[in-house]
Amino acid sequence: MSNELLAPDKFFLNRFGVSERSFERILGTALERKADYADLYFEYRSAEGLGLEESMVNHTSKSVSHGVGVRVCAEDRTGYAYSDEVTIDRMRLAAEAARAIADQRGTTAAAVRVGTPVARHALYDLDSTPLEVPVQERARLLSEIDRVVRASDPRVKNVMASFACERKIVMVVNSDGQVAADVQPLCRLNVTVIADDGKGRQMGSYGGGGRVEWNYFIENDRWREYALEAARQAIVNLDAVDAPAGEMVVVLGPGWPGILLHEAIGHGLEGDFNRKGVSAFANRIGQKVASELCTVIDDGTIPNRRGSLNVDDEGTPTSRTVLIEKGILRGYLQDRMNARLMKMAPTGNGRRESFAHSPMPRMTNTFMLNGESTPEEIIKSVKNGLYAVSFGGGQVDITNGKFVFSASEAYLIEDGQVTRPVKGATLIGNGPDVLTRVSMVGNNLALDAGIGTCGKDGQSVPVGVGLPTIRIDGITVGGTRA
Amino acid sequence: MATVDIELANWALDEARRKGASAAEVLCVTAESLAAGVRLGEVEKLKSSRERRLGLRVFCGQSSATSSTAELERDSLGDFIANTVELARLSAADPWAGLPDPSMHPKSLPELSLADPDSGIVAADRALEIARTAENAALKFDPRMKNSEGAEFSSGRGQILFANSQGFSGEYSGTSYTLVVQPIAQDGDAMQQGFWYTSNRRFGKLEDAESVGITAARRAIRRLGARKIKTMRAPIVFDPDMAAGLIRSIAGAASGPSLYKGASFLVGQLGNPIAAPGVTIIDDALIPGGLGSKPFDGEGLPTSRKNLVDKGVLATYLLDCYSARKLGLAPTGNAARSVGEAPSVSTTNLYLAPGSYTPAQIIGSVKQGLYLTEIIGFGVNMVTGDYSRGAGGIWIENGELAYPVNEITIAGNLKDMMAGVEMIGNDLNWRSSTVAPTIKIAEMTIAGA
Repeated sequence: MSNELLAPDKFFLNRFGVSERSFERILGTALERKADYADLYFEYRSAEGLGLEESMVNHTSKSVSHGVGVRVCAEDRTGYAYSDEVTIDRMRLAAEAARAIADQRGTTAAAVRVGTPVARHALYDLDSTPLEVPVQERARLLSEIDRVVRASDPRVKNVMASFACERKIVMVVNSDGQVAADVQPLCRLNVTVIADDGKGRQMGSYGGGGRVEWNYFIENDRWREYALEAARQAIVNLDAVDAPAGEMVVVLGPGWPGILLHEAIGHGLEGDFNRKGVSAFANRIGQKVASELCTVIDDGTIPNRRGSLNVDDEGTPTSRTVLIEKGILRGYLQDRMNARLMKMAPTGNGRRESFAHSPMPRMTNTFMLNGESTPEEIIKSVKNGLYAVSFGGGQVDITNGKFVFSASEAYLIEDGQVTRPVKGATLIGNGPDVLTRVSMVGNNLALDAGIGTCGKDGQSVPVGVGLPTIRIDGITVGGTRA
Repeated sequence: MATVDIELANWALDEARRKGASAAEVLCVTAESLAAGVRLGEVEKLKSSRERRLGLRVFCGQSSATSSTAELERDSLGDFIANTVELARLSAADPWAGLPDPSMHPKSLPELSLADPDSGIVAADRALEIARTAENAALKFDPRMKNSEGAEFSSGRGQILFANSQGFSGEYSGTSYTLVVQPIAQDGDAMQQGFWYTSNRRFGKLEDAESVGITAARRAIRRLGARKIKTMRAPIVFDPDMAAGLIRSIAGAASGPSLYKGASFLVGQLGNPIAAPGVTIIDDALIPGGLGSKPFDGEGLPTSRKNLVDKGVLATYLLDCYSARKLGLAPTGNAARSVGEAPSVSTTNLYLAPGSYTPAQIIGSVKQGLYLTEIIGFGVNMVTGDYSRGAGGIWIENGELAYPVNEITIAGNLKDMMAGVEMIGNDLNWRSSTVAPTIKIAEMTIAGA
């Protein structure tokens, strides 16, 4: 890795010929009216993608983007302006646009002194990122995936595989004089398989990644596991029967089904919604919102995870936040502005998609801690129900608390046994209520493989989820078999 | 600073050839916008943006690569072009890749009035006043309107410039104006959000701010007191926004890339009935001032008006050049492009042709069923057509809207749902680039308690 990446705080100074003194002047301009806080967010992102279709690596792409966002906060108001030209003139214009939010003229221009970089975690100090691996080598892996999947079963009709990697260099300078800089690698390998048995067609998808080196996919044949898992899902679903409809006992498998926590609980605990009183969880800290078997954590400090960050996008080091402890609601996820307004501490959850977006409270890696049951005991305890092991996306209405998540691989449970696969179905529940129905929690917590992307207010950020096997005594399953 | 113009585009095309490309395309996008939001009457946010990006697709024979950059100075752009050509050389030679047949490029471009001649970016003060008017109307509408996620007014203008190495170039500019209001109704512990918006390419054609606010309030209030219902099979009336979502799914399944990958339930259905005979779905790129209108597509081909579904029969697929070649068909002018990405396929202005029933007649025809006003989640399997999504709306009893329902799902298969379209409303309203009137589907499974 080159020197400038070891000192990311110097990267922007060198690359765009801007100086710490100019940041001070621009932040001073931003604060010229009565404002509480201002920050500059610099971003330089390089990304490459490779795609395989019909046994050809025929999609290759590359992008370079950079820009700077200027934010001014005054009480609960936010002014934000950005430009993809990183020049002093553009930053000054952006600062003037952003400060229009602060409507009163201050008496003196605030003096800002830029200090030394804040301490950050070291969660993904990689020797190299996959961007440095020759394109041919990355392409060869996709071709190998194609070969392995096609050889695995004659019902495989089509294979699509992609590898995407990026490196973001970011720097935040704020009006308290704090500077935080980080280099954020991220990559993801994805495999999609279409299977056809002459009677029907089904799709299966699997993948993973994180803030990891290329070797992550090679060691332990992880790439082969992704490939065969995608094929297995597609083939299992060829035999799927119609899913049941109505309220029933549902057992969720470990790992990615943790998307339940993300939708049902996580969004409703983001600080902005609670400050405004528009979340179904508003004013419920200290109250029971889950069975005592449930402890739910958001942790941005797990090494190499897709949802982890050394510092959040406001320069605050990320942390581990207990959201629910043995059923009791304990905390919210905060960015700086909402923490200040709610008189709470920032939790390192201020995130944004890019320099073109203002930060807001977002999740990092959200998961439930282990319980004591074995997965076998949990399945065996169910007379009639659904066992859901893989999911597509989910969504929540944070105001009324209703959330959905869609199973892409699920089975009937009959007399304590997992039996036939059923077609995908959406599950719908009520966030503040669903975890009160958790009657068993497994001892097999797993985090997802590194594929999650969360959308909020038009901004996408990478996240992680995790779950042990759990039993929910009643949630509505949206099948067709009434 | 380097400006994005035809001269820079031509320079980039020449540079790609000098670096060894056999063909190339350049897409430049310049955009600026201003959004202003209020919440509970107070200013909450202002956001202003400017961006300009250059996207490139280069071919070395049948191998290609796409790229994008914000670094437009010729020195760094030259290096970037060289890297892109190098990347193309590393891609597999794909027999179906390539620019369009040059004879298909249009000789002249239609004038579609995509930019407002009278208004540009609306200044912050005015934008805030509009947002405040809308939110205030929502909050005054009823004593139960107690909270708000705010109201936002945004305006933007942008320019698209496209040129390729076989001599086609074109550019167009557009404006857009959008007002969104999200008030919250509260009754005891229950809270429900309302959401309504107006959007247009012309500032003067937006729906009145006060009426947008009142509609949002009505939509929040009517959700209060929602209950869950029993699991059953019943007819479902899709309101216009929900019906628009349905035809969007049909268009997705009829898109070339899904078809040649075998990832669509419409594979092999061209020319076959796929919906009730009353269903005609039109994609029209040439509506003057239309939110989805464009004078040429993402590969420089002419755009048109065509029936996607004609009286229930799948009349065409939606194709870019690549998927057209794969399927042995002609491109349909539906290539979409974002900077730095290979062409994809999208609709332009997509709509379900209106029928003769009033929404009241449609609701009146249902003895017991759901008037669907909200969907959550993404539970549509495009490979099989299986459909299962979270839903909310108003329960219909004996032809009358009776009480709100939520925490339920509706499920079926898109093939059966389209075949089951029994009534089509006369209430088509161009609020977005994909619109539909109210429709009634004979029967679906509703899962509840």
